[in-house]
Amino acid sequence: MRKRQSTKTYTRLTHPLVRDSRDEPLRRATWDEALERTARGLAAARGAFGMFSCARATNEMNYVAQKFARVVMGTNNVDSCNRTCHAPSVAGLSAAFGSGGGTSSYEEIEHTDVIVMWGSNARFAHPIFFQHVLKGIRNGARMYAVDPRRTSTAEWAESWLGLNVGTDIPMAHAIGREIIHAGLANEAFIERATSGFEEYRALVEPWTLSLAEKVTGVPAAAIRELAHAYARAERAQLCWTLGITEHHNGTDNVRALINLSLLTGHVGRYGAGLQPLRGQNNVQGGGDMGAIPNRLPGFQDILDADTRLKFESAWDTVIQPHYGLNLTEMFEAMEEGTLRAVYCIGENPAQSEADSGQAVRRLQALDFLVVQDIFLTKTAELADVVLPATAGWAETEGTTTNSERRVQRVRRAVTPPGEAREDIDIICDLAARLGHAWKYADAEAVWNELRSVSPDHYGMTYERLEEHQGIQWPCPSTERLEPAYLHGRLWETDPAKRGRLAPFGLVQHDPPVDLTDEEYPIRLTTGRRLDSYNTGVQSGGFASPLRRGEYVELCPEDAERYGVVVGEEVRVTSRRGSVVAPVWVDPALRPGLAFMTMHFPDEVDTNQLTIEANCPIAGTAEFKASAIRIEKLPVATIVR
Amino acid sequence: MTAIPLGVPRRLVEFTIDGEEARVPEGSTVLDACRAAGKDIPTLCQGDTLTPKNACRVCMVEVEGSRTLVPACSRRAEPGMAVHTDTERARHSRKLVLELLASSVDLSTTPQVAGWIKEYEAKPDRFGPDAARLGEEPKVDNDLYVRDYDKCILCYKCVDACGEQWQNTFAISVAGRGFDARIAVEHDAPLTDSACVYCGNCIEVCPTGALSFKSEFDMRAAGTWDESQQTETTTVCAYCGVGCNLTLHVQDNEIVKVTSPHDNPVTHGNLCIKGRFGYQHVQNRD
Repeated sequence: MRKRQSTKTYTRLTHPLVRDSRDEPLRRATWDEALERTARGLAAARGAFGMFSCARATNEMNYVAQKFARVVMGTNNVDSCNRTCHAPSVAGLSAAFGSGGGTSSYEEIEHTDVIVMWGSNARFAHPIFFQHVLKGIRNGARMYAVDPRRTSTAEWAESWLGLNVGTDIPMAHAIGREIIHAGLANEAFIERATSGFEEYRALVEPWTLSLAEKVTGVPAAAIRELAHAYARAERAQLCWTLGITEHHNGTDNVRALINLSLLTGHVGRYGAGLQPLRGQNNVQGGGDMGAIPNRLPGFQDILDADTRLKFESAWDTVIQPHYGLNLTEMFEAMEEGTLRAVYCIGENPAQSEADSGQAVRRLQALDFLVVQDIFLTKTAELADVVLPATAGWAETEGTTTNSERRVQRVRRAVTPPGEAREDIDIICDLAARLGHAWKYADAEAVWNELRSVSPDHYGMTYERLEEHQGIQWPCPSTERLEPAYLHGRLWETDPAKRGRLAPFGLVQHDPPVDLTDEEYPIRLTTGRRLDSYNTGVQSGGFASPLRRGEYVELCPEDAERYGVVVGEEVRVTSRRGSVVAPVWVDPALRPGLAFMTMHFPDEVDTNQLTIEANCPIAGTAEFKASAIRIEKLPVATIVR
Repeated sequence: MTAIPLGVPRRLVEFTIDGEEARVPEGSTVLDACRAAGKDIPTLCQGDTLTPKNACRVCMVEVEGSRTLVPACSRRAEPGMAVHTDTERARHSRKLVLELLASSVDLSTTPQVAGWIKEYEAKPDRFGPDAARLGEEPKVDNDLYVRDYDKCILCYKCVDACGEQWQNTFAISVAGRGFDARIAVEHDAPLTDSACVYCGNCIEVCPTGALSFKSEFDMRAAGTWDESQQTETTTVCAYCGVGCNLTLHVQDNEIVKVTSPHDNPVTHGNLCIKGRFGYQHVQNRD
């Protein structure tokens, strides 16, 4: 086996950098010079400004960042990398239940009867969550894995449903139809707590098991077994990850899964619920703090006049009464020239966006780009000003919110290097230069301001967070703790307490945009490995014995068909780009299905291949489904 | 409805420890009761997140009416039982066990053991120097952690943490019988050829330092490891959204190792490779 070459290790930024003109390199600058330039650059772009906030930083930082966008720059154009992963989950869950969080807690999965892991390789991507799943399995729960790949998660399953990429809705609809036809629907729950059931019944009626078998590639008997197990369970948990959301119709996929919980009443009770597994340490919190274009802190709707009024008086400002642009739309606005300046904090869109070549071109065309990060990332290399920040999780005080909505304290353990400053400190300095003098003594002061405007967080003082090792929202009272699961209201007998009924999502099957054909016959899907993370800037820093670099993984049959062996470099081409990558053979794949990660973009830039076909509701790109072809390289290039 | 499930109410069991009244919830062990009463019972193989294995035998106490001494870590408290923690017989047993362990195993990095050896007047040297030592060099076959068999007391905690009690990876197990028994990966291969996923949950439970972080091992070898100069700060992991709590052990502004609180509701003391070892990026400072 090829021994892995060491790749680029990023070192910390220790002082600000500026660029005097576009063709000159970045040079060292003082904080004063860098911030003054930033203030000028941003002031010149009022009305054409976008903020990329950071799903890796604290809640407090995200709160201040969105406040900067809304108050100082007067725009709702603020978003973060949640757009590239779980925005469809938030959109789907809030459309059904009015709240964008997972409905259950980790501990509940240890006490459930059936677990469905759909489009989720939690064993690799969320290992400690999967320990709770394993406890559940050891306590007698049956687990079903729905995934095109037979992953290490599927190894623990009762049954693996290896569906074709992008056929999640046919699968979900067929399960729904089977539950209805078998008389296993929870009619009392449907009647009392949901709306739109008749339309849903009509919608799924064509999706017979045999049609689903044809479309998904999964045997009808296996689909039937999952449907019956899920519907008959006393309590069931439905968990999903990016296999559901990273599609051009990600929100529809999420709605299709939520429908199954509404059909069976597996939501709003202890042990029964829906659990989207979030991919970044604070991607839940970033959205909760309002670092998204359609919500104010506390996940409160911008279109609601009373909510706006509350924030306008708290912040002494005027809030735009319409949604801002999301990350995807901001990139499109760059193309159109209506977005001219970007403040990018802790994100690396030059490598994380689908169709990365296009993202780089768009960032280069901006009038002004300021990047605030702990490393000189590929995005920072494009910037006019680079501001060195602290690492949220180890160098600042604050909080983050995890996948089970648990707000937990992060604490400063090490001193940041060189002249690096805390994100909040930098943003407040910039705000002051732009005419808004905000005074926060520390992170706790920011948090207390957030508590005063967000009822769901009001009860979480730092003291209580410490005492309880984190508290799950909602927590409106400083005296009580709420149940660890959401939407118990749906089970109330009194219609007034039950509140808004949860609507079934009437969503249609829509196959992946990037079709496979004779020229591009292979379906490429993407995901994470156990020891690496996203664009590898962070995980590249430690020497993992498991890491073997980027490969294009093929099934043994395809490897034989193309006459390629493990370690041999091949050309991988999609309709957008082409990369050279070595081959790995993985029997967990099927003929016609290939797998790559995005962990080593400096070696193999997988996102040159992926398609920027976006979910129209949530704006998430279809990272999970590209069409590619594999070509053997001419012999001369193999010999080195 | 309460927010936190309280479970079935548990009766209190009443009994005596060293003649004093003790009341503990049904199902508690004698060790739980002793610790609640402020008594220091030495333990090595007992782990707060693991099912007792009864391997090390240093926690033995005397129970009236029992023919043999009983292990406090796994014996459940029963109504009316009379426990004696400090009798001549219990102390003698502990002394002997400590002598046998300390003569055959290098306990130099085992917390508290030096104090116990003194307290029970154990004389491990009476079997001659290095009586039954393995005399093996520490195995350094990867950049993340080191296995030092000279320090292994065969307590099985790592096997349980790697196996069905937490990690379910089953990379390590016990091979051989009797004197030949040792903790091993399949065919005693290098770790890098095993099923190991480098979560480090075995290091988290190892009581003697037989499994240690390479960072700690290197600093000890260089003579720079100084726990009195270290701070421990609990924060939240910077990778996926599960939200694992990490305790960063910091010396001279460098993270030198990462553990997790055993009573944390998210982790129960367990982490994955990224949380346990993926901290280096913040201190690549030049």
